[in-house]
Amino acid sequence: MTSLLTIEDLRITFPSRQGPSEVVRGVSFTLGRERLGIVGESGSGKSQTGRAILGLTPPPGKATARVLDFDGTDLRAASAATWRRLRGARMSMVMQDPKFSLNPVMTIGRQLMEALKFGASETRAEARTRALAMLEAVQIRDPERVFRAYPHELSGGMGQRAMIAMMLVAEPDLLIADEPTSALDVTVQVEVLRILDRLVSERGMGLLFISHDLRLVSSFCDRVLVMYAGRVVEELKASELTQAQHPYTRGLMNCLPKIEGGQRPLPTLERDAAWAR
Amino acid sequence: MSQPLLSVEDLRVTFELHRAGDLPWTRPRLLRAVSGVSFELFPGETLGIVGESGSGKSTLARALVQMVPATGRAVWQDGADLIALSRRAMLRYRADIQMVFQDPLASLDPRMTVGQIIAEPLRTHFRDLSETERKSRVKAMMDRVGLLPNQINRYPHEFSGGQAQRIGIARALVVQPKLLICDEPVSALDVSIQAQVINLLSELQRDLGLAMIFIAHDLSVVKHISDRVMVLYLGRTMELAESRALYGDPQHPYTQALLSAVPIPDPAAERAKVVIPLEGDLPSPMNPPSGCVFRTRCARAEDVCAERRPELTRAAHGVACHFPGPVAASAGRVPA
Ligand SMILES: Nc1ncnc2c1ncn2[C@@H]1O[C@H](COP(=O)(O)OP(=O)(O)O)[C@@H](O)[C@H]1O
Ligand code: SF4
Ligand SMILES: [Mg+2]
Repeated sequence: MTSLLTIEDLRITFPSRQGPSEVVRGVSFTLGRERLGIVGESGSGKSQTGRAILGLTPPPGKATARVLDFDGTDLRAASAATWRRLRGARMSMVMQDPKFSLNPVMTIGRQLMEALKFGASETRAEARTRALAMLEAVQIRDPERVFRAYPHELSGGMGQRAMIAMMLVAEPDLLIADEPTSALDVTVQVEVLRILDRLVSERGMGLLFISHDLRLVSSFCDRVLVMYAGRVVEELKASELTQAQHPYTRGLMNCLPKIEGGQRPLPTLERDAAWAR
Repeated sequence: MSQPLLSVEDLRVTFELHRAGDLPWTRPRLLRAVSGVSFELFPGETLGIVGESGSGKSTLARALVQMVPATGRAVWQDGADLIALSRRAMLRYRADIQMVFQDPLASLDPRMTVGQIIAEPLRTHFRDLSETERKSRVKAMMDRVGLLPNQINRYPHEFSGGQAQRIGIARALVVQPKLLICDEPVSALDVSIQAQVINLLSELQRDLGLAMIFIAHDLSVVKHISDRVMVLYLGRTMELAESRALYGDPQHPYTQALLSAVPIPDPAAERAKVVIPLEGDLPSPMNPPSGCVFRTRCARAEDVCAERRPELTRAAHGVACHFPGPVAASAGRVPA
């Protein structure tokens, strides 16, 4: 598989009262046109890893890497113009809460048209048709209504689907989805995941799926990276989850109730300072 | 069988919505958040409530303690109807019925110390308690939920989400309630922290003989903790049964759809699994469908479903559907 994204030794540091604190400490991986999951608890560095790929490390944080390559472009040296060209058009990010990512004072339609950035060869009407088709593709039944709606007029599930439409309308090669379904009901979650799934298998997109829920990630990704305290402690195939070696991965897997029943009380997740070293 | 702790009959909550710019005499639009819900809860029992967001779970819980106005009856074990009580009389029962909410930090007063937060319900409900007695109950409760004695003078923002939820639980239990209502108590927490809070709740419930109403949208969590489970959709009960029966042999098409959506942690199995699709979106609670409220999304719907509302059957495994039955029974059916 040709790789779309190559990361070597990614480190992200934030200043703190006790001196610089490294929240991501040497993360390396490659991503092809596949589904790669990153799992970890809050604070393990998974979201910061995702943001750094898009050059969105919040100041005063600093990201460095030995290699940060997106399809032949060295992102470490990317100019503002390069970022503008890449973001949205070739790489996008979906976040947990559509409220933070949709512009509240613009209709969904306008935002979609903006994301499309229709070129000279396309008329406004053609672009509109494309935008409506994208809303339909994310299972919105009444695309015309949603096109005209403002974000606050949509339910949580609709808002989330509209946001995914927004991220996908430009047909990015890489999509980073940070807890894209954790605010959703299972019934909507399953739809959203199937949409993402199709984009990978049919359009050959690369997907980085970030979540704290190992069971969810492994229902749907090909490979999973498990992060603990800023490091990847284990990488495994989702289908081989039951053979996980690292006690932290096993802990994450076992500590949640299973629908088919399981241990009582739930096993608690042990943590070992040694894993962070 | 023992006496129920609480018998709820035909509980209804209707919100009147006024639009900005409405003239004073404009009739408000009605939103029926809870419509005709009935159930019994026995001492020491946990009733789980599941349903998509907006199905009325929180409203139902809040109606039981008069946080929102309701009609119908909610009869406490001593015969008092919680819905009809005066505000003043309700206060007496508020010690017996305590709540724990989803967002632990937002539900704790940021200007109060942990000690003050946990002592507050004692000040309200047990006014004659001496200062020393109050202190010792607070300390005992902190110990019980796994908070350290030296954290008593800390403020909520100094705690993680899981720790903050322990404070919320201590505050609820310090007055020794008979019923604890938990509204999405672990939804905002990391998976690993969820397990700790779930274990704590189960343990406390067993040791203190508490009855619990446990609301969550995570079906696995609800199954783990509940004796019986009620499935709500657009403010109405679709199915109500023992946990094992509801998950093992669901009869209502909505319950079946919900369960089929739960992810299986193996990509091949997940892709191969049959998800029962829910047609379209959740209808507006301001304009619910006639007959069966689920019919606009039900693959089994027939003409009768639009004409007559199916009542929840009064059996141990109650289901509100004209064509209940296991998934396969409907597979060959041509949807109307
Ligand atoms: N104070 C209120 N005023 C008007 N509508 C409300 C109010 N509280 C809840 N609702 C509405 O009642 C319905 C049920 O909501 P809720 O009980 O919060 O559901 P759930 O807890 O299952 O997500 C929803 O349509 C919601 O928008
Ligand atoms: S009553 Fe009819 S519409 Fe309602 S759940 Fe049963 S089959 Fe479906
Ligand atoms: Mg709620």
